[in-house]
Amino acid sequence: MALPGKTNVTVQADPNANLVAQRLREWNARAVESVSEFCGEITIAVPRELIRGAADRCRQDATLHFNLLSDIVCVDRFPLEPRFELNYHLTSIPRRDKVRLRVCLSGDDPVVDSVIAVWPGANWMEREVFDLFGVRFHGHPELRRILLPEDWEGHPLRKDYPTEGFR
Amino acid sequence: MTTVETATGPAKTMVLNMGPQHPSTHGVLRVLLELDGETVVKATPDVGYLHTGIEKSCEAKTYSQAITLTDRIDYLAPLSNNLGFCLAVEKLLGLEAPKRAQYIRVLLTELTRIQSHLVWLGTHAIDLGAMSVFLYCFREREEILNIFELVSGQRMMTSYFRIGGLALEPPAGWLKSVGRVIQMLPSRIDEYEALLTENRIWIARTKGVGYISATDAIAMSMTGPTLRAAGIPYDNRKVFPYSSYEEFDFNVPTRTDSDCYGRYLIRIAEMRESLKIIRQAMDKIPADGPIKADAPGIVPPQREKMKTEMEALIYHFKIFTEGFSPPPGETYVTIESPRGELGVFIASDGTPKPLRAHFRAPSYINLQALPRLIEGRLIADVIACIGTIDIVLGEVDR
Repeated sequence: MALPGKTNVTVQADPNANLVAQRLREWNARAVESVSEFCGEITIAVPRELIRGAADRCRQDATLHFNLLSDIVCVDRFPLEPRFELNYHLTSIPRRDKVRLRVCLSGDDPVVDSVIAVWPGANWMEREVFDLFGVRFHGHPELRRILLPEDWEGHPLRKDYPTEGFR
Repeated sequence: MTTVETATGPAKTMVLNMGPQHPSTHGVLRVLLELDGETVVKATPDVGYLHTGIEKSCEAKTYSQAITLTDRIDYLAPLSNNLGFCLAVEKLLGLEAPKRAQYIRVLLTELTRIQSHLVWLGTHAIDLGAMSVFLYCFREREEILNIFELVSGQRMMTSYFRIGGLALEPPAGWLKSVGRVIQMLPSRIDEYEALLTENRIWIARTKGVGYISATDAIAMSMTGPTLRAAGIPYDNRKVFPYSSYEEFDFNVPTRTDSDCYGRYLIRIAEMRESLKIIRQAMDKIPADGPIKADAPGIVPPQREKMKTEMEALIYHFKIFTEGFSPPPGETYVTIESPRGELGVFIASDGTPKPLRAHFRAPSYINLQALPRLIEGRLIADVIACIGTIDIVLGEVDR
């Protein structure tokens, strides 16, 4: 069905026009894979091995100053590959700005560096993602289930996990 | 009994299991406390007893159906959740609710904030031994719930905000009822203050208890009254305004003491600010005008139209059988719920059901700072610190 009003489309944004992408590029030329815009929100795709450093950069850089990690959200795009998409929502309280960092992870090796050293508040967010998606965080001090019982089998928010559970 | 190294040297400690059935954990929170005498050496919160898989259920429902699930996340502030979810879907669709609906949304979410703070104050006070405040707070909360019932037909699980506007026209004269309640509330808030603010027992139980520095609070991703009590004026209504909040005149109360007492005063001040917003909203709400956006295919048509026009009937049928499909993409919307920053993340893949719906539950994130508040303090302070974070376990566990 055709929708009324303007339709939002994801567009590739100019990486040089965005301050965060610019600063990340200056730090490491490979840090920015792509910059896209949707609904006025900027998403910066970062390679998996650089997320710890990029997060640290976003927090420490005085011109960026993303001091609040609002949330970490995982999306399972099964059966597409790379299957998992981690979205880090950063907020800069002094600059009143938001940005989303994105890391893509393949289904057979969903491991990424933890950002607890940058924001200690990432602890439970990463545990939640581990619990529900089975994405492992390298360097997390206590990576165990948080919402589900410890002996639970499977990761329920994966797309190949049925809504009613395994019967 | 185990021997561990504590701050004062090796000592015998005892592990005490608090909860999940404990009146002052406000639901089913379990905290494992390692005690040295009466001092808490280590605290480990254990959550998940109320996990119902709401995010997974959202993926199996159409966007309109998922609204009813959002009520059940933070059941003390259902309208805030409704608002966050609706705003996120509206953002995906590029849709805006009419001004009249936006003002009504502001009015009702502020009433939600007051009633949520009333429950917080009542339960926090009864935990610390002030029985009468609990009874008074619940008396006033009931008045606010009556307004929700008047408007939506439900006291708690309202589902009143819908994508593109409101579920139905509020009944005639409802603003008079709102007027009566907000007329009564200021003196009632004074009454709570008279019972607590200078009460020596209250001060002894809360002042200097549960301190966290502003830097630590931000590092732990804490938001809401806890962060504002640490001196950071971060409020989504001001910083990233939504639903026409930029048109309202209100203050964001902050303090620097960052203890349980400070957070109590912040929430009292917030109730007064909310009353200010409600008064302005009552003046702003036009007597008539649309409460739903003009978006056939998304917003269900009016009953009469549906019965008389063929196109409207087709739209009605399509909305309720297959739903509507927002363009593929992701959005993350944050609003200020009574407990802090409520974030709603929705990923659409261009089908009528969300690929992923995620709720950043403020009390879940705030709760992880609990060990920092209580470690090294007395066991009695644990009760005060759990109360001061203002957790709702429905939201923590989702």
